[in-house]
Amino acid sequence: MRCRVCRDRAAVEVRRHNAAFCREHFVEHVHRQVERTIHEFDMIRPGERLLIGVSGGKDSLALWHILTALGHRADGVYLDLGISDYSDESLELTRSFASERGLSLEVVDIKESYGFTIPEAASRTHRTACSACGLSKRYALNEAAVRGGYDVLVMGHNLDDEAATLMSNVLNWNVGYLGRQRPVLPAKPGFVKKIKPLLRVAERETAAYAVLQGIDYEVAECPLVAGNSLNRLKEWMVELEHRSPGALSQFVGGFVRDGSALFEEESNVDLHACQRCGRPTTGEVCAFCRLQLRATEAR
Amino acid sequence: MKVILRHPRREVEVEGPLTVGTLLDRLDIVPESVLVIRGDELVTKDIRLSDEDTVEVRPVISGG
Repeated sequence: MRCRVCRDRAAVEVRRHNAAFCREHFVEHVHRQVERTIHEFDMIRPGERLLIGVSGGKDSLALWHILTALGHRADGVYLDLGISDYSDESLELTRSFASERGLSLEVVDIKESYGFTIPEAASRTHRTACSACGLSKRYALNEAAVRGGYDVLVMGHNLDDEAATLMSNVLNWNVGYLGRQRPVLPAKPGFVKKIKPLLRVAERETAAYAVLQGIDYEVAECPLVAGNSLNRLKEWMVELEHRSPGALSQFVGGFVRDGSALFEEESNVDLHACQRCGRPTTGEVCAFCRLQLRATEAR
Repeated sequence: MKVILRHPRREVEVEGPLTVGTLLDRLDIVPESVLVIRGDELVTKDIRLSDEDTVEVRPVISGG
Protein backbone atom coordinates (compact mmCIF):
# COMPACT_ATOMS: atom_id res chain seq x y z
CA MET A 1 0.00 0.00 0.00
CA ARG A 2 1.40 3.37 -1.04
CA CYS A 3 1.02 6.91 0.29
CA ARG A 4 -1.53 8.87 -1.74
CA VAL A 5 0.76 11.90 -1.74
CA CYS A 6 4.36 10.68 -2.21
CA ARG A 7 3.94 6.97 -3.16
CA ASP A 8 6.26 5.86 -0.32
CA ARG A 9 5.19 2.85 1.75
CA ALA A 10 2.02 3.75 3.65
CA ALA A 11 1.80 3.61 7.44
CA VAL A 12 -1.94 4.20 7.83
CA GLU A 13 -4.92 3.39 5.62
CA VAL A 14 -7.93 5.73 5.89
CA ARG A 15 -10.61 3.76 4.11
CA ARG A 16 -13.36 6.37 4.36
CA HIS A 17 -11.16 8.73 2.34
CA ASN A 18 -10.15 5.88 0.04
CA ALA A 19 -6.55 6.76 0.87
CA ALA A 20 -3.39 5.66 2.63
CA PHE A 21 -0.59 7.87 3.93
CA CYS A 22 3.06 7.60 4.97
CA ARG A 23 3.96 8.95 8.40
CA GLU A 24 4.71 12.48 7.24
CA HIS A 25 1.60 12.87 5.09
CA PHE A 26 -0.69 11.21 7.64
CA VAL A 27 0.41 13.80 10.22
CA GLU A 28 -0.28 16.53 7.65
CA HIS A 29 -3.68 14.98 6.89
CA VAL A 30 -4.69 14.98 10.58
CA HIS A 31 -3.50 18.55 11.06
CA ARG A 32 -5.55 19.61 8.04
CA GLN A 33 -8.69 17.91 9.37
CA VAL A 34 -8.37 19.61 12.75
CA GLU A 35 -7.52 23.01 11.27
CA ARG A 36 -10.53 22.78 8.95
CA THR A 37 -12.82 21.89 11.87
CA ILE A 38 -11.52 24.77 14.01
CA HIS A 39 -12.01 27.19 11.12
CA GLU A 40 -15.41 25.91 9.94
CA PHE A 41 -17.01 26.14 13.37
CA ASP A 42 -15.15 29.30 14.40
CA MET A 43 -13.89 27.41 17.47
CA ILE A 44 -10.97 29.62 18.46
CA ARG A 45 -10.82 33.40 18.12
CA PRO A 46 -7.64 35.47 18.37
CA GLY A 47 -6.61 36.22 21.94
CA GLU A 48 -8.77 33.52 23.54
CA ARG A 49 -7.11 31.54 26.35
CA LEU A 50 -7.41 27.77 25.90
CA LEU A 51 -7.54 25.05 28.53
CA ILE A 52 -7.48 21.42 27.38
CA GLY A 53 -8.74 18.54 29.52
CA VAL A 54 -6.08 15.83 29.37
CA SER A 55 -6.41 12.28 30.65
CA GLY A 56 -3.14 10.67 29.59
CA GLY A 57 -5.02 8.83 26.84
CA LYS A 58 -4.30 9.04 23.12
CA ASP A 59 -7.06 11.49 22.15
CA SER A 60 -6.33 14.32 24.56
CA LEU A 61 -2.54 14.04 24.29
CA ALA A 62 -2.69 13.84 20.49
CA LEU A 63 -4.98 16.88 20.42
CA TRP A 64 -2.68 18.86 22.73
CA HIS A 65 0.19 18.00 20.39
CA ILE A 66 -1.84 18.99 17.29
CA LEU A 67 -2.99 22.32 18.77
CA THR A 68 0.59 23.18 19.67
CA ALA A 69 1.77 22.23 16.17
CA LEU A 70 -0.95 24.45 14.67
CA GLY A 71 0.22 27.38 16.78
CA HIS A 72 -2.56 27.35 19.38
CA ARG A 73 -1.12 27.70 22.88
CA ALA A 74 -3.19 25.64 25.33
CA ASP A 75 -2.67 24.91 29.01
CA GLY A 76 -3.66 21.47 30.29
CA VAL A 77 -5.72 20.28 33.22
CA TYR A 78 -5.59 16.70 34.49
CA LEU A 79 -8.26 15.38 36.83
CA ASP A 80 -6.96 12.78 39.28
CA LEU A 81 -10.06 10.60 39.61
CA GLY A 82 -8.58 8.33 42.28
CA ILE A 83 -8.81 5.14 40.21
CA SER A 84 -5.82 3.43 41.89
CA ASP A 85 -2.74 2.62 39.75
CA TYR A 86 -4.57 3.60 36.56
CA SER A 87 -4.87 7.25 37.68
CA ASP A 88 -1.27 7.33 38.95
CA GLU A 89 0.10 5.96 35.68
CA SER A 90 -2.05 8.27 33.54
CA LEU A 91 -0.90 11.28 35.57
CA GLU A 92 2.75 10.28 35.15
CA LEU A 93 2.34 10.00 31.36
CA THR A 94 0.56 13.37 31.22
CA ARG A 95 3.22 15.05 33.36
CA SER A 96 6.02 13.67 31.16
CA PHE A 97 4.22 14.79 27.99
CA ALA A 98 3.78 18.34 29.32
CA SER A 99 7.28 18.74 30.76
CA GLU A 100 9.00 17.39 27.62
CA ARG A 101 7.21 20.07 25.58
CA GLY A 102 7.33 22.91 28.09
CA LEU A 103 3.54 22.98 28.43
CA SER A 104 1.71 24.14 31.54
CA LEU A 105 -0.31 21.50 33.41
CA GLU A 106 -2.65 21.87 36.39
CA VAL A 107 -3.54 18.74 38.35
CA VAL A 108 -6.88 18.66 40.17
CA ASP A 109 -7.22 15.85 42.72
CA ILE A 110 -10.99 15.35 42.96
CA LYS A 111 -10.69 13.72 46.40
CA GLU A 112 -8.95 16.84 47.72
CA SER A 113 -11.19 19.26 45.83
CA TYR A 114 -14.58 17.56 46.12
CA GLY A 115 -14.15 14.91 48.84
CA PHE A 116 -14.60 11.68 46.88
CA THR A 117 -12.94 9.43 44.33
CA ILE A 118 -14.81 7.88 41.40
CA PRO A 119 -14.78 4.36 42.92
CA GLU A 120 -16.21 5.86 46.13
CA ALA A 121 -18.90 7.75 44.19
CA ALA A 122 -19.85 4.60 42.30
CA SER A 123 -20.14 2.48 45.44
CA ARG A 124 -22.06 5.09 47.46
CA THR A 125 -24.58 6.27 44.87
CA HIS A 126 -26.94 4.65 42.37
CA ARG A 127 -24.77 5.80 39.46
CA THR A 128 -22.39 3.57 37.50
CA ALA A 129 -18.67 4.47 37.71
CA CYS A 130 -18.73 5.84 34.12
CA SER A 131 -21.80 7.97 34.82
CA ALA A 132 -20.30 9.39 38.05
CA CYS A 133 -17.00 9.94 36.22
CA GLY A 134 -18.59 11.72 33.24
CA LEU A 135 -20.63 14.03 35.47
CA SER A 136 -17.63 14.81 37.70
CA LYS A 137 -15.36 15.48 34.72
CA ARG A 138 -17.84 17.86 33.06
CA TYR A 139 -18.24 19.79 36.31
CA ALA A 140 -14.59 19.84 37.43
CA LEU A 141 -13.19 20.74 34.00
CA ASN A 142 -15.60 23.67 33.66
CA GLU A 143 -14.73 24.74 37.23
CA ALA A 144 -11.01 24.66 36.41
CA ALA A 145 -11.59 26.73 33.26
CA VAL A 146 -13.73 29.32 35.08
CA ARG A 147 -11.28 29.51 38.02
CA GLY A 148 -8.29 29.97 35.70
CA GLY A 149 -10.00 32.69 33.64
CA TYR A 150 -9.91 30.66 30.42
CA ASP A 151 -12.19 31.45 27.46
CA VAL A 152 -12.28 28.00 25.87
CA LEU A 153 -12.35 24.46 27.23
CA VAL A 154 -10.95 22.05 24.64
CA MET A 155 -12.19 18.46 24.72
CA GLY A 156 -10.61 15.42 23.03
CA HIS A 157 -13.82 13.74 21.81
CA ASN A 158 -13.14 12.07 18.47
CA LEU A 159 -15.43 11.05 15.60
CA ASP A 160 -16.18 7.63 17.13
CA ASP A 161 -17.02 9.21 20.51
CA GLU A 162 -19.44 11.61 18.85
CA ALA A 163 -21.00 8.86 16.72
CA ALA A 164 -21.54 6.60 19.74
CA THR A 165 -22.98 9.45 21.82
CA LEU A 166 -25.27 10.45 18.95
CA MET A 167 -26.45 6.86 18.51
CA SER A 168 -27.06 6.55 22.25
CA ASN A 169 -29.05 9.80 22.27
CA VAL A 170 -31.09 8.63 19.27
CA LEU A 171 -31.71 5.16 20.68
CA ASN A 172 -33.01 6.77 23.88
CA TRP A 173 -34.54 9.83 22.15
CA ASN A 174 -32.80 12.19 24.54
CA VAL A 175 -33.98 15.24 22.60
CA GLY A 176 -32.47 17.68 25.10
CA TYR A 177 -29.05 16.02 24.76
CA LEU A 178 -29.42 15.96 20.95
CA GLY A 179 -29.94 19.73 21.04
CA ARG A 180 -26.73 20.14 23.01
CA GLN A 181 -24.54 17.76 20.99
CA ARG A 182 -22.64 20.31 18.93
CA PRO A 183 -18.97 20.88 17.96
CA VAL A 184 -19.08 24.18 19.86
CA LEU A 185 -21.11 24.90 22.97
CA PRO A 186 -21.07 28.68 23.34
CA ALA A 187 -20.20 30.29 26.65
CA LYS A 188 -23.12 30.94 29.01
CA PRO A 189 -23.13 32.48 32.46
CA GLY A 190 -21.24 29.95 34.60
CA PHE A 191 -19.96 27.93 31.63
CA VAL A 192 -16.97 28.58 29.40
CA LYS A 193 -17.13 27.82 25.68
CA LYS A 194 -16.51 24.14 24.98
CA ILE A 195 -15.06 22.89 21.67
CA LYS A 196 -14.36 19.49 20.07
CA PRO A 197 -11.68 19.91 17.39
CA LEU A 198 -11.27 16.12 16.81
CA LEU A 199 -14.79 15.87 15.37
CA ARG A 200 -13.43 14.71 11.99
CA VAL A 201 -10.66 12.44 13.29
CA ALA A 202 -11.56 8.80 13.91
CA GLU A 203 -10.43 7.02 17.07
CA ARG A 204 -8.06 4.78 15.11
CA GLU A 205 -6.52 7.89 13.56
CA THR A 206 -5.83 9.62 16.90
CA ALA A 207 -4.16 6.39 18.07
CA ALA A 208 -2.11 6.17 14.86
CA TYR A 209 -1.17 9.85 15.19
CA ALA A 210 0.00 9.31 18.77
CA VAL A 211 2.12 6.29 17.82
CA LEU A 212 3.64 8.01 14.78
CA GLN A 213 4.47 11.14 16.80
CA GLY A 214 6.11 9.08 19.56
CA ILE A 215 3.51 10.12 22.16
CA ASP A 216 3.63 7.79 25.14
CA TYR A 217 -0.02 7.40 26.17
CA GLU A 218 -2.02 5.20 28.54
CA VAL A 219 -2.78 2.08 26.52
CA ALA A 220 -4.41 0.19 29.39
CA GLU A 221 -8.17 0.48 29.68
CA CYS A 222 -9.76 2.04 32.75
CA PRO A 223 -10.42 -0.83 35.20
CA LEU A 224 -13.94 0.51 35.87
CA VAL A 225 -15.06 0.62 32.23
CA ALA A 226 -16.24 -3.02 31.93
CA GLY A 227 -19.81 -3.14 30.67
CA ASN A 228 -19.89 0.56 29.71
CA SER A 229 -22.81 0.94 27.30
CA LEU A 230 -21.14 3.67 25.24
CA ASN A 231 -18.11 1.42 24.69
CA ARG A 232 -20.39 -1.38 23.50
CA LEU A 233 -21.93 1.07 21.04
CA LYS A 234 -18.46 2.09 19.88
CA GLU A 235 -17.53 -1.53 19.19
CA TRP A 236 -20.71 -1.91 17.20
CA MET A 237 -20.07 1.28 15.25
CA VAL A 238 -16.51 0.21 14.39
CA GLU A 239 -18.06 -2.91 12.88
CA LEU A 240 -20.43 -0.68 10.90
CA GLU A 241 -17.52 1.47 9.72
CA HIS A 242 -15.65 -1.67 8.65
CA ARG A 243 -18.59 -2.84 6.52
CA SER A 244 -19.42 0.63 5.24
CA PRO A 245 -16.41 3.00 5.31
CA GLY A 246 -17.51 6.58 5.89
CA ALA A 247 -20.71 5.63 7.73
CA LEU A 248 -19.66 7.35 10.98
CA SER A 249 -18.55 10.59 9.39
CA GLN A 250 -21.80 10.71 7.39
CA PHE A 251 -23.83 10.04 10.53
CA VAL A 252 -22.08 12.70 12.64
CA GLY A 253 -21.43 15.17 9.80
CA GLY A 254 -25.05 15.00 8.64
CA PHE A 255 -26.32 15.52 12.17
CA VAL A 256 -24.09 18.54 12.74
CA ARG A 257 -25.07 20.03 9.36
CA ASP A 258 -28.79 19.26 9.19
CA GLY A 259 -29.95 17.50 12.33
CA SER A 260 -28.89 19.28 15.47
CA ALA A 261 -30.75 22.53 14.68
CA LEU A 262 -34.02 20.54 14.73
CA PHE A 263 -33.47 19.86 18.42
CA GLU A 264 -32.14 23.26 19.43
CA GLU A 265 -35.38 24.34 21.06
CA GLU A 266 -35.39 21.20 23.20
CA SER A 267 -32.08 22.26 24.71
CA ASN A 268 -33.36 25.72 25.66
CA VAL A 269 -34.28 25.03 29.25
CA ASP A 270 -34.67 27.50 32.10
CA LEU A 271 -31.51 27.58 34.17
CA HIS A 272 -31.00 29.10 37.57
CA ALA A 273 -28.27 28.99 40.19
CA CYS A 274 -27.72 25.74 42.10
CA GLN A 275 -28.59 26.40 45.77
CA ARG A 276 -25.33 24.76 46.81
CA CYS A 277 -22.61 25.73 44.35
CA GLY A 278 -24.21 28.53 42.36
CA ARG A 279 -23.58 26.92 38.95
CA PRO A 280 -26.50 26.95 36.48
CA THR A 281 -28.90 24.02 36.77
CA THR A 282 -32.48 23.07 35.93
CA GLY A 283 -33.27 21.84 39.46
CA GLU A 284 -32.78 23.34 42.89
CA VAL A 285 -29.51 21.48 43.48
CA CYS A 286 -27.37 20.50 40.48
CA ALA A 287 -26.65 16.86 39.56
CA PHE A 288 -22.99 17.17 40.58
CA CYS A 289 -23.81 18.54 44.04
CA ARG A 290 -26.36 15.74 44.55
CA LEU A 291 -23.64 13.22 43.60
CA GLN A 292 -21.13 14.91 45.90
CA LEU A 293 -23.58 14.94 48.83
CA ARG A 294 -24.28 11.21 48.48
CA ALA A 295 -20.64 10.29 47.86
CA THR A 296 -19.36 12.17 50.91
CA GLU A 297 -22.14 11.72 53.45
CA ALA A 298 -21.10 10.09 56.76
CA ARG A 299 -21.09 6.30 56.41
CA MET B 1 5.52 -15.12 15.04
CA LYS B 2 4.88 -13.59 18.40
CA VAL B 3 1.65 -11.56 18.62
CA ILE B 4 1.09 -9.29 21.61
CA LEU B 5 -2.56 -8.67 22.47
CA ARG B 6 -4.00 -6.23 25.02
CA HIS B 7 -6.84 -5.95 27.50
CA PRO B 8 -5.57 -8.06 29.14
CA ARG B 9 -1.96 -8.14 27.91
CA ARG B 10 -1.04 -11.58 26.57
CA GLU B 11 1.08 -13.19 23.88
CA VAL B 12 0.10 -15.79 21.32
CA GLU B 13 2.13 -17.65 18.68
CA VAL B 14 0.79 -17.55 15.12
CA GLU B 15 2.43 -19.42 12.27
CA GLY B 16 3.71 -17.21 9.43
CA PRO B 17 4.27 -15.99 6.87
CA LEU B 18 0.97 -14.19 6.42
CA THR B 19 -0.32 -10.69 5.78
CA VAL B 20 -1.54 -8.33 8.51
CA GLY B 21 -5.05 -8.59 7.06
CA THR B 22 -5.00 -12.40 7.27
CA LEU B 23 -3.60 -12.27 10.82
CA LEU B 24 -6.48 -10.05 11.98
CA ASP B 25 -8.97 -12.23 10.15
CA ARG B 26 -7.55 -15.33 11.86
CA LEU B 27 -7.74 -13.64 15.26
CA ASP B 28 -11.31 -12.51 14.44
CA ILE B 29 -10.42 -8.84 15.01
CA VAL B 30 -12.14 -5.97 13.15
CA PRO B 31 -9.27 -4.07 11.43
CA GLU B 32 -10.80 -0.65 12.25
CA SER B 33 -10.63 -1.46 15.97
CA VAL B 34 -6.83 -1.89 16.19
CA LEU B 35 -3.40 -0.73 15.09
CA VAL B 36 -0.79 -3.31 14.18
CA ILE B 37 2.69 -2.29 15.29
CA ARG B 38 5.94 -4.00 14.26
CA GLY B 39 8.95 -2.56 16.08
CA ASP B 40 8.38 1.16 15.91
CA GLU B 41 6.35 1.18 12.70
CA LEU B 42 2.65 0.86 11.87
CA VAL B 43 1.91 -1.78 9.27
CA THR B 44 -1.02 -1.81 6.83
CA LYS B 45 -3.13 -4.87 6.04
CA ASP B 46 -1.18 -5.83 2.91
CA ILE B 47 2.19 -6.13 4.69
CA ARG B 48 3.57 -9.67 4.87
CA LEU B 49 4.73 -10.77 8.32
CA SER B 50 7.35 -13.48 8.77
CA ASP B 51 7.73 -16.13 11.45
CA GLU B 52 10.53 -14.09 13.06
CA ASP B 53 8.39 -10.97 13.53
CA THR B 54 6.95 -9.71 16.81
CA VAL B 55 3.84 -7.60 16.34
CA GLU B 56 1.55 -5.82 18.75
CA VAL B 57 -2.16 -5.68 18.01
CA ARG B 58 -3.21 -2.59 19.93
CA PRO B 59 -6.91 -1.82 20.47
CA VAL B 60 -7.91 1.77 19.80
CA ILE B 61 -11.37 1.87 21.36
CA SER B 62 -11.31 3.42 24.80
CA GLY B 63 -13.91 4.70 27.19
CA GLY B 64 -14.05 7.96 28.87
